[in-house]
Amino acid sequence: MALILELAGQALQMAIVVVIAPLLVGISRKVKARLLRRIGPPVLQPYFDIWKLMHKEMVLAHNASWIYRVAPYVVFAVTWVAAALVPTYCTNLLFSWSADLIVIVALMGTARFALALAGMDVGTAFGGIGASREMLIASLAEPAMLLIVFTIALVAGTTQLSTIAELFTHSPVGLRVSLGLGLLALVCVAIAENARIPIDNPATHLELTMVHEAMVLEYSGRHLAMIEAAAALKLVLYFSLIICLFFPFGIATFDRSLGALLIGVMAYLVKMVVLAVLLPIGETSVAKMRVFRYPIFLGSAFAAAALAVFLLFVSRGF
Amino acid sequence: MPAVAGLACVAALFAIGLVAVAIGRSRAGTTVVYGASLLVSAIVLLFALTHLILASPPASVTLPLGLPWIGAHFRIDALAAFFLIIVNLGGAIASIYALGYGAHEASPLRVLPFYPAFLGAMNLVVLADDAFVFLLSWEFMSLVSWGMVVAHHRVAANVRAGYIYLVMASFGTLCLFLAFGVLAGTGGQYSFAAMRAGQLTPALALIAGTLTLIGAGSKAGIVPLHVWLPLAHPAAPGHVSALLSGVMTKVGVYGFIRVVFDLIGEPTPYAGLIVAAIGGITAALGVLYALMQHDLKRLLAYHTVENIGIIFIGLGLALAFRANGIEWAAALALAAALFHVFNHSVFKSLLFFGAGSVLMATGERDMEHLGGLIHRMPHTAFAFLIGCMAISALPPLNGFVSEWLTFQAILVSPQLPQWGLKLVIPAVGALLALSAALAAACFVKAFGVTFLGRARSNAAQAAHEVDQFQRVAMFVLVTLCILAGIFPGFVIDALAPVTRALVGGTMPQQAFLPWLSVVPIVASRSSYNGLLILLFLVGSATLTAAIIHRFATRATRRSPIWDCGFPLASPVAQYTSSSFAMPIRRVFGASVFRVREQLDMPPPGAMRAGHFQVRVFDPAWFAIYGPIARSVRSTGIFLNRIQFLTIRSYLTLVFGALVVLLLVVAAWR
Repeated sequence: MALILELAGQALQMAIVVVIAPLLVGISRKVKARLLRRIGPPVLQPYFDIWKLMHKEMVLAHNASWIYRVAPYVVFAVTWVAAALVPTYCTNLLFSWSADLIVIVALMGTARFALALAGMDVGTAFGGIGASREMLIASLAEPAMLLIVFTIALVAGTTQLSTIAELFTHSPVGLRVSLGLGLLALVCVAIAENARIPIDNPATHLELTMVHEAMVLEYSGRHLAMIEAAAALKLVLYFSLIICLFFPFGIATFDRSLGALLIGVMAYLVKMVVLAVLLPIGETSVAKMRVFRYPIFLGSAFAAAALAVFLLFVSRGF
Repeated sequence: MPAVAGLACVAALFAIGLVAVAIGRSRAGTTVVYGASLLVSAIVLLFALTHLILASPPASVTLPLGLPWIGAHFRIDALAAFFLIIVNLGGAIASIYALGYGAHEASPLRVLPFYPAFLGAMNLVVLADDAFVFLLSWEFMSLVSWGMVVAHHRVAANVRAGYIYLVMASFGTLCLFLAFGVLAGTGGQYSFAAMRAGQLTPALALIAGTLTLIGAGSKAGIVPLHVWLPLAHPAAPGHVSALLSGVMTKVGVYGFIRVVFDLIGEPTPYAGLIVAAIGGITAALGVLYALMQHDLKRLLAYHTVENIGIIFIGLGLALAFRANGIEWAAALALAAALFHVFNHSVFKSLLFFGAGSVLMATGERDMEHLGGLIHRMPHTAFAFLIGCMAISALPPLNGFVSEWLTFQAILVSPQLPQWGLKLVIPAVGALLALSAALAAACFVKAFGVTFLGRARSNAAQAAHEVDQFQRVAMFVLVTLCILAGIFPGFVIDALAPVTRALVGGTMPQQAFLPWLSVVPIVASRSSYNGLLILLFLVGSATLTAAIIHRFATRATRRSPIWDCGFPLASPVAQYTSSSFAMPIRRVFGASVFRVREQLDMPPPGAMRAGHFQVRVFDPAWFAIYGPIARSVRSTGIFLNRIQFLTIRSYLTLVFGALVVLLLVVAAWR
């Protein structure tokens, strides 16, 4: 019985992340449209889009290989698993220990690898340009991410997300400059990984600066639906990471009563909506960068994370 | 396993080499030689596996060979058993591959006799228990592998690669020779047992350690001693390239571990810092150079440099932890390094086999002339893909586990008391993360340009799948990549005797943890479960596919490429290897490479074609080898004058030399 409940808890988390993903995208788009003085599509439009794409005829290039057909499912499944392993409403779910923070970051690498290969499969210039730039962004973001992990591990003594969330909820960690710098770095990395302005523009096609959209340019129909859903899930994953690492309050930890779980779910949803509102505000206030300014953007994320690590060393005294 | 059995197998391998001289010309000769090598390697592999898993006590034997009154010492302990597994696993599977690949060799006598001798020499290095046998077999290993590097000697580049290899190998052996000289001390104790017992002063230990790092590191390929490796490894035939890159570099790592961890004794913490920092730099530079290559085999060879860097990061951390008495962390770092040794030998062999098959099917190594091979070589493409994913450290495959363990060891580094280590090791971690991400870019490029897209040449258009031996060899390694990725606990447990012997601690036992998780320190700190991740991925992908096929339309239409409405029919319009690497070249080019771009743009109206040429140079040649070569040359020219002196000048020279030497002796006393 206990096992069944545990499994149900894990299944609930898997369901939550996949259900709310398009909603968050819808909220961001709506807010962005309002900021630009447009009315914008309904909040539920991403659900309709995915449903519509699922029922459209799929057009496949003659020379598409099995990689091209498998990649959307792989990308979706990997992103889903990674997103479902980040604690959302409750810590220490049944399978939360099967992956720590580094594993989750690496899982996103698996998804990226599959998508980049799919971009190169048909043999077009756009697919190649997208794959090449995506890998460049990843290689610039990864060192920053590792130093963020290092900062967290220095403060919490662990890379297990559940343990970190429990520690930051219960023990008086206090406000730390290092954690603030770590948050800043993580936000930069999340923006870059999710192909958001100023790195990439999710709302554009046919622009030489696009990255993510260039990779998936040839996709259509149900495959495109999978990729859109995976992109939304990736946003959920990074939002959940930010929440779990830096704002875990409200999450159900040792108290597993129904009330605590409800509070956990509500707190998680509210925080996700807040982030989904903040994202377009940030996006509308900056301009898209040139490709070769990415190193500056991600380099500053790296510098912030490195500073966080060294501040921690120094603050503990020589 | 008694050491005598290992020696008997080595003798058998040498005998096969001699037989190969006689029968190499015949068609059956190839099959006999590779079949026999496979058999002997498999026997040693089984022996070594049982030795390691049963954690047998060290066994040694002394033969009345070699130097008079000293004899030749051989010993098999846990470390040797582990590396025997690496050597013979690689050897056995390369032999399977060669059963198919070697049959197409144009001049089999240039490869066949050397191949079993090479396997035997590598085994002998690992079995050696005194400096004389070690150096002799080390040099023999270099020499026979040189024979295979220049097997295709009509290509000028191969001969040049062979020359550079010989120079670097001799230099490395010289350093090792000096290192053993320091270790042997004034008593001239040649056996490892005596060196182990002897105590060195810290200064001497530092000298011996540095010489070993240079000597063994040049064989393994640490930057800046890596220059021979991307030239020599691709020059050899496919199965030999796999052995050179996947296995022989590991023998170099073995030499380093044997001397530094086993013979020298207690290290200083800063020795660990130096090794880890060199490892980090090697990893990042190796993968950056690899990204710039468009020759598939050379890309793989450069990428070996990256993996050697990762191994040395683990070894450096192990040294630093051991010097501070944190045995459990030292065991973690050492296990991570050894796990990566195993992983790299598996997936690098796999990738070189794939590259060899591509070479055989198309006659091309240059990725710019390949493309679309996934349609014509589906099995090779799948195997190569798994190899690419494993080497890019993607979960749930094996490469990720060892890199994850290395990261876990790096995350323990704040417990080190030295400030230098505390501050530098996070930077090493960032370099490791950078190289992991760049490795993924590198292998997206390698796989994407070679196997995906459209064929860029007629040869790629006409490619066909390779024979069953080559495919079997590749798929055995694919299976190992997956198994080691989802059951890493068993590998870690098998490494316990090695870490116990070298750093005095072990990682927690993994095999009986619930759900077969990997817990390097304690469960509340970090854990990873490759099996569950794989099951989750398969489960959720199946579920998604089922839902999509239930609710979505199945209507599918095949059409030409869309490409935003402007598809270009010519396959030249695809992204090439150089264009894929361009953003990274531009970002890192200023600091890491020497990039020369030549653009010849005809003025409007002119009818000639434009030209664009990019050349990327390895800066090690400019910064280090160029000046050395020039100074050797100028010294040679200067010394050449001595050849044409009068008899009086010669007598003066002899007299002067005598006086100087006497002064030196007098000052020494």
